Amino acid sequence: MSGPIPFSKRRYFPAILGLGSCAGAVLLVELLVYVELLNRFIIPPPSDVVAAFPRVILEEHVLSRFMLTAGEALAASVLVTIFGVAGGVLLYQFNLLRLATETWVAAIAAAPLVLMYPLYLVIFGRNATTIVMMGFTAGLAPIILKTLEGLAGTRRVLINVGRSFNLTPSQQFWKILFPAALPTIFVGMRLGLIFALINIVGVEYLINFGGLGQLINELAERFDIAGTYAAICFVIVVSIIVFMLTERLERWLRPAG
Amino acid sequence: MSAVAMPSERDAVPGAAEPILVVDRIVKRFDTPDGTLTAVDDVSLSIKPGEFFGVIGPSGCGKSTLFNVIGGLLDGYDGAVRVGGETVRGPHPAIGMIFQEESTFPWRSVIDNVAFPLEIAGMPKAERYARAGHFVSLVGLNGFERRFPAELSGGMRQRVSMARTLAAEPKIMLMDEPFASLDEQTRLLLGDKVLQIQQELKQTTLLITHNITEAVQLSDRIMVMTYRPGKVKRIVDIDLPRPRTSEIVSSEAFGRYVAQIWNDLREEATRGLLDDESRKLRAGGPS
Ligand SMILES: Nc1ncnc2c1ncn2[C@@H]1O[C@H](COP(=O)(O)OP(=O)(O)OP(=O)(O)O)[C@@H](O)[C@H]1O
Ligand SMILES: [Mg+2]
Repeated sequence: MSGPIPFSKRRYFPAILGLGSCAGAVLLVELLVYVELLNRFIIPPPSDVVAAFPRVILEEHVLSRFMLTAGEALAASVLVTIFGVAGGVLLYQFNLLRLATETWVAAIAAAPLVLMYPLYLVIFGRNATTIVMMGFTAGLAPIILKTLEGLAGTRRVLINVGRSFNLTPSQQFWKILFPAALPTIFVGMRLGLIFALINIVGVEYLINFGGLGQLINELAERFDIAGTYAAICFVIVVSIIVFMLTERLERWLRPAG
Repeated sequence: MSAVAMPSERDAVPGAAEPILVVDRIVKRFDTPDGTLTAVDDVSLSIKPGEFFGVIGPSGCGKSTLFNVIGGLLDGYDGAVRVGGETVRGPHPAIGMIFQEESTFPWRSVIDNVAFPLEIAGMPKAERYARAGHFVSLVGLNGFERRFPAELSGGMRQRVSMARTLAAEPKIMLMDEPFASLDEQTRLLLGDKVLQIQQELKQTTLLITHNITEAVQLSDRIMVMTYRPGKVKRIVDIDLPRPRTSEIVSSEAFGRYVAQIWNDLREEATRGLLDDESRKLRAGGPS
């Protein structure tokens, strides 16, 4: 991180700008805590958080917890994508089903599903399945709704082009409807995966089981504020990984950008 | 797929008088909140192989409705459409359609757009790219094969749609105001291109337009439609020499045809305008 960056590497410029402003914000917080504009018992100085990293890594087994939470997030992402997209397609194909359930699905999307965790505990037990299923439940509705919206919003004329070329119903779906809906489907996936991740970490925290959520819970109860924030940084890394994977998937499915 | 006909099949009937496309007393009504609207009323046509047939009429007179009926995209009409004597039910493989609205697939590059019907027909990759490349250059888009529609101008996108329909090598081309969104100069030059392609491929073409110059420049015959209900007002033979280019626009005979058709159209267009305005008033101001 030293020496001037030549402008010829402009491809990396946005990334550098992003990281730079992030570092700037961290420095600002450090400064505000230092001049006591921010209470250091609520917001620890970033330098303390950095100093807490080795401790959190060595003593709290953060890496295995990280793997656990990341694994749960990944499992929930795959489940939620498959079932969400399939659900959206179903509602699109069967108008009666759509009329009957669309409002419900929208209502579910707005409900604080995390409060259902006791029910899930009863059904699945106090284990990773409960956590994955909570994430899955929370992320499902936005993906269903956005998939439906994307499919239903396909321009009439594109469908007519397909019909004029005598496409079979399955060709009509895979060659026209699905690619036309993809951008909207990915919006739904981003929303759904955010919901899933929030709920996964939240339930870990609530039932004091498993990965990073539990660690955050424990550290907070020990009033290890710096350690808590260090653990939260690992949650952010999980979400970055999930998002990078969806971006990869999107670029692979949708070269047109 | 039978739409990909061999060239020998296409020009097998030189000068045959048997019509290839017959539209027999088509009536199409729509149910609207204001009652039943007759969009197309008792329209009959008969188009010979290789003929370039123009349909002209004011906005809202039922041209696109007729287009969709002939293309097999609409049903629930009275009358019949026959292609080579066979009554059309649903999209017919001998008919290719170019739509009024922008219809390229934004997720496919130019070459993949044009290769679309060949892909559907199951043609191997190398072959269909070679074939599609030919049609891309036919519409003058060499060098843009790997671009996406979002990177092209409106006129270029319209040419991509045209190449895509041409790639299926339909015997009959239906075009619904393919140049409506273009400026006059581009329109004239693209008109030349269409004529050149049509003569080369000996395709039967039905071109819908509301541009008189374009209709006269391209057509062997022109049907003028009335406004609401959309009836046949007149069918005009255009006796201008072929091959034609856009230069013909400045000839005297051309001017006479334009004047004659404008006469027919003016009345209908005026009725259309008045009708639209009165409806707006009834609906309580402009919508
Ligand atoms: N699906 C539909 N439902 C109800 N009315 C329709 C429908 N499609 C067309 N119409 C009506 O039929 C009439 C003819 O429409 P059409 O699109 O065929 O006109 P057009 O001649 O193609 O006009 P333009 O030149 O503006 O494209 C219009 O009054 C339109 O409102
Ligand atoms: Mg129209």
